[in-house]
Amino acid sequence: MTVFAFYLFAALMIASGALTIFARNPVHSVLWLILAFFNAAGLMVLVGAEFLAMLLVVVYVGAVAVLFLFVVMMLNIDFAEMRAGFMKNAPLGVAIAVILLAELVLGIGAYRAGALDLGTPDGSAAPLVGESNIESIGALLYGNYLFLFETAGIILLVAMIGAIVLTHRAPTNPRGHQNIAKQNARNPKEATHNVSPEVGKGVEL
Amino acid sequence: MNSILIIVFAPLLAAIVAGLGGKWMGHTAAKVITTAGLFLACALSWPIFLSFIGGTGEATVTPVLTWVQSGAMSFDWALRVDTLTAVMLVVITSVSALVHLYSWGYMDEDPDQSRFFAYLSLFTFAMLMLVTADNLVQMFFGWEGVGLASYLLIGFWYKKPSANAAAIKAFVVNRVGDLGFMFGIFGTFLVFQTTSIPAILDAAPAMAGSTITFMGARWDTMTILCLLLFVGAMGKSAQLGLHTWLPDAMEGPTPVSALIHAATMVTAGVFMVCRLSPMFQTAPDALAVVTVVGAATCFFAATIGTTQWDIKRVIAYSTCSQLGYMFFAAGVGAYGAAMFHLFTHAFFKALLFLGAGSVIHAMHHEQDMRYYGGLRKHIPITFWAMMFGTLAITGVGIYHLGAGFAGFWSKDAILEVAYAAAGEYSTLAFWLGTIAALLTSFYSWRLMFLTFWGKPRWIESEHIQHSVHKTPEQAGEDTTGGYHPHESPWTMLVPLGVLSVGAIFAGQVFHDAFLDQEGFWMGAIAYDAHLMHAMHEVPYWVKYAAFTVMLIGLIGAWYAYIRNKDVPRQTAEQLGPVYRFVLNKWYFDELYNFIFVKPAFWLGRFFWKKGDEGTIDRFGPNGIAWVVERGSGLAKSVQSGYLTSYALIMLLGLVAAITWVLF
Amino acid sequence: MIGIEHYVVVSSILFVLGVLGIFMNRKNIIIILMAIELILLSVNLNLVAFSAYLGDLTGQVFAMFVLTVAAAEAAIGLAILVIYFRSRGTIAVDDVNRMKG
Repeated sequence: MTVFAFYLFAALMIASGALTIFARNPVHSVLWLILAFFNAAGLMVLVGAEFLAMLLVVVYVGAVAVLFLFVVMMLNIDFAEMRAGFMKNAPLGVAIAVILLAELVLGIGAYRAGALDLGTPDGSAAPLVGESNIESIGALLYGNYLFLFETAGIILLVAMIGAIVLTHRAPTNPRGHQNIAKQNARNPKEATHNVSPEVGKGVEL
Repeated sequence: MNSILIIVFAPLLAAIVAGLGGKWMGHTAAKVITTAGLFLACALSWPIFLSFIGGTGEATVTPVLTWVQSGAMSFDWALRVDTLTAVMLVVITSVSALVHLYSWGYMDEDPDQSRFFAYLSLFTFAMLMLVTADNLVQMFFGWEGVGLASYLLIGFWYKKPSANAAAIKAFVVNRVGDLGFMFGIFGTFLVFQTTSIPAILDAAPAMAGSTITFMGARWDTMTILCLLLFVGAMGKSAQLGLHTWLPDAMEGPTPVSALIHAATMVTAGVFMVCRLSPMFQTAPDALAVVTVVGAATCFFAATIGTTQWDIKRVIAYSTCSQLGYMFFAAGVGAYGAAMFHLFTHAFFKALLFLGAGSVIHAMHHEQDMRYYGGLRKHIPITFWAMMFGTLAITGVGIYHLGAGFAGFWSKDAILEVAYAAAGEYSTLAFWLGTIAALLTSFYSWRLMFLTFWGKPRWIESEHIQHSVHKTPEQAGEDTTGGYHPHESPWTMLVPLGVLSVGAIFAGQVFHDAFLDQEGFWMGAIAYDAHLMHAMHEVPYWVKYAAFTVMLIGLIGAWYAYIRNKDVPRQTAEQLGPVYRFVLNKWYFDELYNFIFVKPAFWLGRFFWKKGDEGTIDRFGPNGIAWVVERGSGLAKSVQSGYLTSYALIMLLGLVAAITWVLF
Repeated sequence: MIGIEHYVVVSSILFVLGVLGIFMNRKNIIIILMAIELILLSVNLNLVAFSAYLGDLTGQVFAMFVLTVAAAEAAIGLAILVIYFRSRGTIAVDDVNRMKG
């Protein structure tokens, strides 16, 4: 059963990942991305990390992908035709990608053959027996990794401020360079000023 | 203190002072210093010469400085004074002093006068070093020095392109001769192990039969050495083959032409042959070459002189021709006669040039004789000076009276000795020399008639037109155009007077010493008493031959230029190709241009374009720049600006790193 | 059964897909950002898989942090994209070549 679920989720995830990239409509791309996230969450549930799976759905899908969607729609991006230059890089790129994949998979072979040693955990981060996944993570997070947790929060704060600062536009005055307050504060007595200059000399304003 | 030191070094000092300090001290001071130096040298030279004439002089050597001491080769700076030197001393210093004085008037309006006088004195110094040289290297120093001074003086008005070209031509052609001279010196040192002239001359007879390898062939030693040395003389004295520079040297101011290209520098070749006469005596083949070349030059230059229109060029070709006389006199073995002609020639040729300069000065710098005419009433003193010079050069004199102008004595002596030597080359030389004498008389009188007689043709000259501000049409009947030529200032007339005295009397007074007295020469040159004696025994027709041809030339010139003015034009038309051939200087310039100049320029351009630009520059600085530019262009193309390309490159790097770690 | 190798292969494929997406796309910059998200996703998956198989929760904690940072980075990236679009008017990949050398 798990096997079937695993292959289902894996296949769907890879397919939607591919389609994210190759879809013509950018909105479709975002939607495929969302599907990829969902399938990844499913895979994580299969492994037993349900907290992280839900986190993925809530944060990634609920926030990040929606943000993507907002931007795509705001920028009103058109259907983009595949430009001609696509084919120029394709062979090289695909070749490189295949090599990369091969090397990554090679690592597995090496592990299988016993040439690789995975790091052995020292037990300090072992899941708490009998507790749920989320409680184990919580204990770890607020225990060993408290400082990192706080820092993550600050990072998010910085990102938020940064996004606001970057996109902030000074409000343009609809009335041009007129200053209403100044206009209202005019005094008739000081509005005009009489002088009688000598011939040939000018006036100072 | 030997006066020879003052004679030689006073001009040098004057040249340095005037040359370096001219701007600071002003023209007048420079002129005075240089002229005074020269007159001093002249005043000290005549006593030396006269002492040799009187028989009381003796040969001396005054050492000055050590120069090179290098193993077997050692030579010093030393000043030798013997008869030959004494003759040259008076010629050089007298003419130079008079030319200095003349230049006061001639160069009066020139802004660069102090430079001119400095160059003149520098030249005189170099020439004096040449004639007082006791070894071949010092002679070569003087040789090169006069070549340099000639270049500087021909190109004195350096803003004129034609003057620059002429100066370069003179220097380069001279250089060709100098190459031969250098080889001669090297060969001489190789053979004799010394460059000291007395030592060489003593050892020369011993080498008479030996052979030497030069350029892969076996030659008779003395012949090849003398031939090489003679090549140098050909260059310096403008003999046939290396003569092309002399007419163009007329671009220089007239005093320069008088001093350098008439009296002194061009005679250096004759001097050198006479100085080394014992060497030449051991090489009869070389002497034959000298005779033939001299005779050919004599004839060749005389033919061209008959067609030229520029007054200075006629006199220049005349010089070339007279030098030919001197050489073939040396070639038949009469070195004394050659030196005698050198001596008299200096006076009357300098006189002719300075007189021409006076005419040019009077005619507002017009040099073309077609625009002269009728000047004898307007510039009488110049006229009489030129007259004496012409009488001298044509050799007017009566044998039986034992009286004649300078050229009569010296030129006739040469012709007589050529006949007396009775070899096949010397007989050829005699006939060529006689015909050349006819032509000499013709062109000299032609010059006189065109310039001083006849109706004035001045208005056709552009120089005169500028002076009177009229055109020929405006002048109408008055071919003078209202121009009044005036006589030159006294600074120009005094030298003319002094030289006239020389031209009239020099031959008369000194012929005995030069030609007949072995006691005069005292071994300074090789003296063939038998030949000189035979010279006086020649048949009467030979003695009268020169005078006869002179008369023929005179009558011919009179007829063509006074009696029937159409004759020249008719003759030119009838002899069309011959006339053009002679007028164009026998096409030597065109020939040399084709053979030497054009290929040299082609070679130079080839090395410049293909060699320097094409190879060295292309692979050197330009090549490196090109590589850098292309390389950076290539590197630049990687930075396309496309994000995705950059990402690809990053990926490439990543994969490479992983691959390297894995394997 | 389903061993660690399966998860590693799956995440590798996803990783490579994401990488491919970065430089193979010719459409617009947003695709690049989405591809980056795919990469991060694959890394997360890998971490979680290892965490489960080694019985060590460090992997999952790390994955959480990766998630956080990914979110922050997506936000900033999109903000930059918006500004770029404002001044340039286009986010087509071919027109984004201001860093040309």
